[in-house]
Amino acid sequence: MNWGYFASQLFQSLLAVLLAPLMLGWVNQCRAWLQNRTGPGLLQPYRVLFKLFHKDAVLAYNASWLFRLAPYVVFSCMVLAASVVPLVATDLPFSLAADVIALVGLFALARVFMALAAMDVGTAFGSLGARREMLIASLAEPALLMVFFTPALISQSTALTTIVEQLAHRELHLYPSMAFAGVAFVMVLLAENARIPVDNPTTHLELTMVHEALILEYSARHLALMDWAHALKLMTYGAIGIALFLPWGIAEAGNWAMMPLSVLALLVKLAAGGAGLAVLEMVSAKMRIFRVPEFLGVAFMLAVLGMLIHFLLEV
Amino acid sequence: MLLLHVVLAIALYWLVLGSIGLVIRIERRALARLLFPLGALGGLALAVVAYPALSGEPQSLVLPLGLPDLPFHLRLDPLAAFFLLLLGAASAGVSLFSAGYFEKGGGDDIRLICLQYHVFLAAMLMVLVADDAYLFMVAWESMALASYFLVTTDHRVPEIRRAGLLYLIVAHVGAMAILLGYGVLQLGQWNYTFDAMRANTLAPTWAAVAFALALFGFGAKAGFLPVHIWLPEAHPAAPSPISALMSGVMLKTAIYGLLRVTFDLLHQQMWWWGVVALIVGLTTAFVGVAFAAVQTDMKRLLAWSSIENIGIILTAIGLAILFHAFQMNLLAALALAAALFHSLNHALFKTLLFLATGSVMHVTHQRSLGKLGGLIRRMPWVAGLALVGTLAIAGLPPLNGFASEWMLFQAFLLSPGLPNSYLNMFVPVATAALALVVALAGYVMVKFYGIVFLGQPREEFADAHDAGPAERAGLLWLALWCVILGVAPTFVVITLDPISHMLVGATLQESLQQSSWAFLTAIAPERASYSPLIFLVVIVGVVLATFLLVRRFYHGRMRRSPPWDCGFPAQTARMQDSAEGFGQPIKQIFEPFFKIERHHPSPFDEQPQYSSKIEDRLWYWLYLPIVRFSERLSSFVGVLHHGRISLYLAYSFITLLLLLLLVR
Repeated sequence: MNWGYFASQLFQSLLAVLLAPLMLGWVNQCRAWLQNRTGPGLLQPYRVLFKLFHKDAVLAYNASWLFRLAPYVVFSCMVLAASVVPLVATDLPFSLAADVIALVGLFALARVFMALAAMDVGTAFGSLGARREMLIASLAEPALLMVFFTPALISQSTALTTIVEQLAHRELHLYPSMAFAGVAFVMVLLAENARIPVDNPTTHLELTMVHEALILEYSARHLALMDWAHALKLMTYGAIGIALFLPWGIAEAGNWAMMPLSVLALLVKLAAGGAGLAVLEMVSAKMRIFRVPEFLGVAFMLAVLGMLIHFLLEV
Repeated sequence: MLLLHVVLAIALYWLVLGSIGLVIRIERRALARLLFPLGALGGLALAVVAYPALSGEPQSLVLPLGLPDLPFHLRLDPLAAFFLLLLGAASAGVSLFSAGYFEKGGGDDIRLICLQYHVFLAAMLMVLVADDAYLFMVAWESMALASYFLVTTDHRVPEIRRAGLLYLIVAHVGAMAILLGYGVLQLGQWNYTFDAMRANTLAPTWAAVAFALALFGFGAKAGFLPVHIWLPEAHPAAPSPISALMSGVMLKTAIYGLLRVTFDLLHQQMWWWGVVALIVGLTTAFVGVAFAAVQTDMKRLLAWSSIENIGIILTAIGLAILFHAFQMNLLAALALAAALFHSLNHALFKTLLFLATGSVMHVTHQRSLGKLGGLIRRMPWVAGLALVGTLAIAGLPPLNGFASEWMLFQAFLLSPGLPNSYLNMFVPVATAALALVVALAGYVMVKFYGIVFLGQPREEFADAHDAGPAERAGLLWLALWCVILGVAPTFVVITLDPISHMLVGATLQESLQQSSWAFLTAIAPERASYSPLIFLVVIVGVVLATFLLVRRFYHGRMRRSPPWDCGFPAQTARMQDSAEGFGQPIKQIFEPFFKIERHHPSPFDEQPQYSSKIEDRLWYWLYLPIVRFSERLSSFVGVLHHGRISLYLAYSFITLLLLLLLVR
């Protein structure tokens, strides 16, 4: 363990934190193009964050310490998650700290804090949002774990570093089970990141919002941190998807010669993924909340199918 | 002096403490403040003594007590020591809390409660060190009776009497099964010491019968489906420290018994026992969490959540049996360590949460979730410590609940090595079910914490104030261990190694030593590793850094205003989610599992009343038919009863004649 490893770690963490709003801007820009609008530009999320950080925070009279603590905890959970996944490099010092199961736990920690904070002020929408978010999460989480188990069975490991090394540095081998897992992963990604068809990131219509209802009472720096964490989460999910399904081109920690190529590969893959997300959101419509269990049930069944196919065909 | 002597001295000490209140006349306050902290000291001493015994050689002792020719056999081995540690650590917190709790309320006669409480503790201790079936059953029954009297502390309430009766019946049906199980294990040699049972080699059929009886008998105490029915009735009925002790510790004595019979007294396990345990465990866990999500009484919610956790522990035990039956001892050790670790974790966080409900009930006199709310502002200490318990029981890193669940998931993922392709297909589905249970547990705990402590108060409690110092100390003790065990799971796993060595013949030490102590690994570090310490340090570090950076580059200005809530002007506390409202999605999605009675008001009703009642279908499918059958049976017997003395004398006379004829 030398300084190169820690430098790679710091580089990746900072890169993730700084790039995350860009990813969100890119998705929004793609959506605007698809809708024949000009769009606000790629840098809009940064401008919003800048504006929010400058404003005075407005808190409800009865907001407790939990409400004020939650944005910081949620943000740091997402920073940790983004530091653990192999974004530009594998085998980072922090990547030993969490395998995919611990990563799911980390996302759950952030979510529980967000839901508790939403219930803290005691408004109708806050508790409604908390209830819906926890419902969606409690159905998405098993599906996500099932998605992770297929590559874990193939590579005999749940550590993302080992999975990437197994899948990327071996001769190209097609796994039918991974196709099922991939489709299921995209469905879970949509649900967990509050995208259409499960939730609508642009809505403020009372009866349809889930994620927006959770952060309804937040303003200024607290809201900025929540939004930033949300962007980081989308990017981390993208990185997990890349690590599992398109792991080629990720450098090893400390290998600085590979790093520019690795960053480039990451940008290209994330840009393609973001554009794909925009297309998916364009062609689908938001569904009723009680259709979500069916949607996630399908994701879950697909993931289980992938696992069974692995046992039938690939062992 | 043996460690076992010290353990017995602690049992004696508890019994003496319990009887002091009866002998010496002191007033209630002084009694609660004096005796319960002294009891806590006993718990602490027990934990301190049990820790070295975990890695020590087994110690045995024969006491010339009990019936002639039937002395008490006692034994302290690593398995017993671990559960003694659990008993000591959890009861220290509960006793400390009880000093504050019973000082003011919770039953009329404090002297009686003090006696029953300490007898209960001593009986649990004796269950764990018993080394023959006779002493085991004596201690087991004393434990059941002491807890029955504690459950019915408020015996003037008819529901509580009913709950107590139900508990007593199920406990005795279970005890009968355990006794029969020991009868099978002694193999017709009429020697009921565990040593003799260990020496026996049972035929596969008889071994299976013994396992089934143990699963049913201990299951009745632990709350496995379908004999869980007493648990959500009895636990809420008892005073909170008693519920905590029953849920946190007493259920674990049943887990101890199951492990003792399955792995120690029976040497050979068959793989299908593991499958049975897995299925029962997962069903129990799922039903537990689904029912917990729709409860409206906070203690019932926690009781159902105990059923869920017991289900998870049984699942881990099932997996350990499965691996051990196929001689995959290292994996069996991993699953077994997960089961034991989760038992310890559940003992800590469930006691913590039950005690927190005790503090809440103390100041609000409310158990119904629909009437609480906003207590984080009135009771910051209780709310803060309960948050630790909530996060731990929801299985979130870096706390202890996650560490044991992580190990269990790893054990599941290692199962593809099983030499049976049907099992290889079955285990992934079981993993999926476990994932669903764990995720729903998060839902349940957000509901619990959010409705009790957050939001606006649904009713006004004028005198709501924080808990007293003794109550705080008890909660703090338990919360502290939730954090410590969560951050340093490696130490726990290494401490558990002698048990794995004794029961399944493999240890995890070597696989853990491949990386540093901060990393919990499953078999090998490149397979999977998890470091709660890094989690804690990075999260706290980034929180502080972000806080300071935001202040440094921008500002920390803040003002207060009414909540925004999309601009709705008139907001009342009644607009928040009620407990029914929060559980509604689960009710709708898993409707087939519940028996729901709803009364919807008509739209033209001037004074609309809405009610919904959720019941367990098993009552109607299983229990009521049994009740009807036994009623019919007793009505046949009732034909003989006419209430005339001459007739009864005639019965005795005929019986005597028959006996004379038969026996001669």
